[in-house]
Amino acid sequence: MDRVYLDHAATTPVDPEVAEAMGRILRETHGNPSSIYAEGRAARAAVDRARDEVAAAINADPGEIVFTSGGTESDNLALRGALKARRDERDGLVTSAIEHHAVIDTARDLERYAHVRVDVVGCDRHGVIDPEAIRDAIDERTSLVSIMHANNEIGTIEPIAEIGAICREHGVTFHSDAVQTVGALEVDVRKIPVDLLSINAHKFYGPKGVGALYVRRGTRVATMQTGGGQEKGRRTGTENVAGIVGLGVALRIACERRATESPRQAELRDRLIAGVRERVPDAVLNGHPTERLPNNASFCIPGAEGESLIVALDLDGFAVSSGSACTSGETEPSQVLLALGLDRELAKGSLRVTVGRSTTGAHVDRFVDALARVVVRLREAPAVAV
Amino acid sequence: MSRVFVAMSGGVDSSVAAALLAERGEDVVGVWMRLVPSGGEVDAPRCCGTDEAGEDARRAALAIGIPFYALDYADVFGERVVDRFVNAYAGGETPNPCVSCNQHVKFDALLHDVVRKFGGDRLATGHYARVATGGDGRRHLLRARDPSKDQSYALYMLGQRELARIEFPIGELRDKSETRAIAARFELPTANKAESMDICFAPGDYRDLVRDRAPDAFIPGPVERTDGTVVGTHAGIGALTVGQRSGVGVATGERLYVLHLDTERRAAVVGTRAEVARTTYTLTGVTFVAGDAPSSRFATNVVLRYRGTPLAGHVDVGRGDATLDLEAPALVAPGQAAVFYDGDEVIGGGVVARHTL
Repeated sequence: MDRVYLDHAATTPVDPEVAEAMGRILRETHGNPSSIYAEGRAARAAVDRARDEVAAAINADPGEIVFTSGGTESDNLALRGALKARRDERDGLVTSAIEHHAVIDTARDLERYAHVRVDVVGCDRHGVIDPEAIRDAIDERTSLVSIMHANNEIGTIEPIAEIGAICREHGVTFHSDAVQTVGALEVDVRKIPVDLLSINAHKFYGPKGVGALYVRRGTRVATMQTGGGQEKGRRTGTENVAGIVGLGVALRIACERRATESPRQAELRDRLIAGVRERVPDAVLNGHPTERLPNNASFCIPGAEGESLIVALDLDGFAVSSGSACTSGETEPSQVLLALGLDRELAKGSLRVTVGRSTTGAHVDRFVDALARVVVRLREAPAVAV
Repeated sequence: MSRVFVAMSGGVDSSVAAALLAERGEDVVGVWMRLVPSGGEVDAPRCCGTDEAGEDARRAALAIGIPFYALDYADVFGERVVDRFVNAYAGGETPNPCVSCNQHVKFDALLHDVVRKFGGDRLATGHYARVATGGDGRRHLLRARDPSKDQSYALYMLGQRELARIEFPIGELRDKSETRAIAARFELPTANKAESMDICFAPGDYRDLVRDRAPDAFIPGPVERTDGTVVGTHAGIGALTVGQRSGVGVATGERLYVLHLDTERRAAVVGTRAEVARTTYTLTGVTFVAGDAPSSRFATNVVLRYRGTPLAGHVDVGRGDATLDLEAPALVAPGQAAVFYDGDEVIGGGVVARHTL
């Protein structure tokens, strides 16, 4: 069947150039980057090239990039590492109700087992976190603030530059999960006062299982795992060389294409939103009307459960999701949608559609048609005898 | 083309059901029901509704080459099956959780969702039973071809509306070895999986679950003979089942059975088989496969427990309940299903009501 993939927020297909670069490394460079002989040096060179590419993409120094196994590990390292490093002076963490599970569940875990005081701030109905709410939550014991750059479910872009400035005023470390934005938006760590920033390769056409954490020079981060001391002791363990190379190439390509690709995707997104509004007039757009990721359209559709929408659309050939991929299979409404103040019943009918590089206008139009058909069927269905 | 959803438990029977439908060229979709909440630090006990079983079901669907979805029914299962199970035992009854799961989860919640939410036309399961359609279009529920595997007892509540949308693809198989042979032919990863024997949500001793959830049912009480003579004590009503021999702490040399559980006095009344005189039982929640009873009083063979021997009797049908008159006295635990058979055909059934001694 001719499939239409519209879940690029969950993951993206690996760019052929990335796959080629990774294949070449796997075939030709078998050394351990920590070894001092030629094979080791070759592997180290490949990792360092990738470090240069990642640093260039966000205007950081190569020495500020720590490679990890992905977004979840980067978030864990940021929260656990930063709080542990300053635990003798400060014990407070401020975060938001709409963070990814990798942040919010880590915060809850730290609260329970590491005596961290956790303060969770809310957002407005568009999912925007008010920097003043962060200011109010910060006190003299606050160690870390963690606020995502853009929300993975509803696409809203957060005012992290303002939030970062407030953190800096108070001597608070600032982490941002930028997994959804790096590669899609300009992220310049010299303009945004952020100390820690999470990056995930498979969100920008790189491989799964590899990510990075930007650690501003001077920011204290304790390691979570102990071992051979790689990545300057911050993330010990033999490097995933092929994955790291893939991350570097993928991010370089994403940045090269961003100027044309992001506006193109934003146009497709707007076409999709307009189409859904026309064909399913009572669909509610989640997230901010304009300050949102260029590829994200998120809706709540009254009278249609997210799960049934996803299954019905899948069987019709469309891959979309209900909320985030990490919580698929649960029928509970998303915490993010509830944080927007949406009614529980309405929040169950959530649908996230995220376009990508291969998406065309024809795909969008076919999707809108299919969605309209499925919604009619689901709403008429109660008349079916069972 | 019509689309059939298959409820896949992760076991060999439902995997083979899905494989047979796929082999017939049907448009098959596999679904697995999560029945207990997921997560936790240790693997949950073996049960068709746990993550581990879901993985088995997913692998089977992959081997067959059909789409697969994991769906969450933990809430409805918890309320309609587990809570009721605990309450029934605490109230001196002997529930049949497979009956409530079929009635409220598989052939109500899931069937409803398959048709209304997912646009499916039919639901297939791995039950050993058969559905036949008569010349008049009426559906008949029949025992499986292999009587030793027959599960029609736990399906008595199905009516015409449900049966019109249900398939039991393995009900026609000769025996379990044929099921396993088909599983091997499809190279299903579940081919050699052991059969589940325990109550799926209470592996080991179900009494631990009842004790945990209903501690009041484990307050000791007297064991009495029918004349009121106290002959010992028991650990709690929740640990006892009408008809059981063991578990009664008396040693008189006689073969004593639990005849009755008096929850108000927390008393267990025991006696010999010869003391069982009851032939009449009230049945509640009575339903008929055809929609109506054959007549207001009809002769039938009634099965009173899973894999039980059919007993001859008559049924007098009231409004939603019925009176069962057995030809010979029998000791029947309240809470069990009473299922009416005409030969291999299920006519209907109900639940045995609590009764005084």
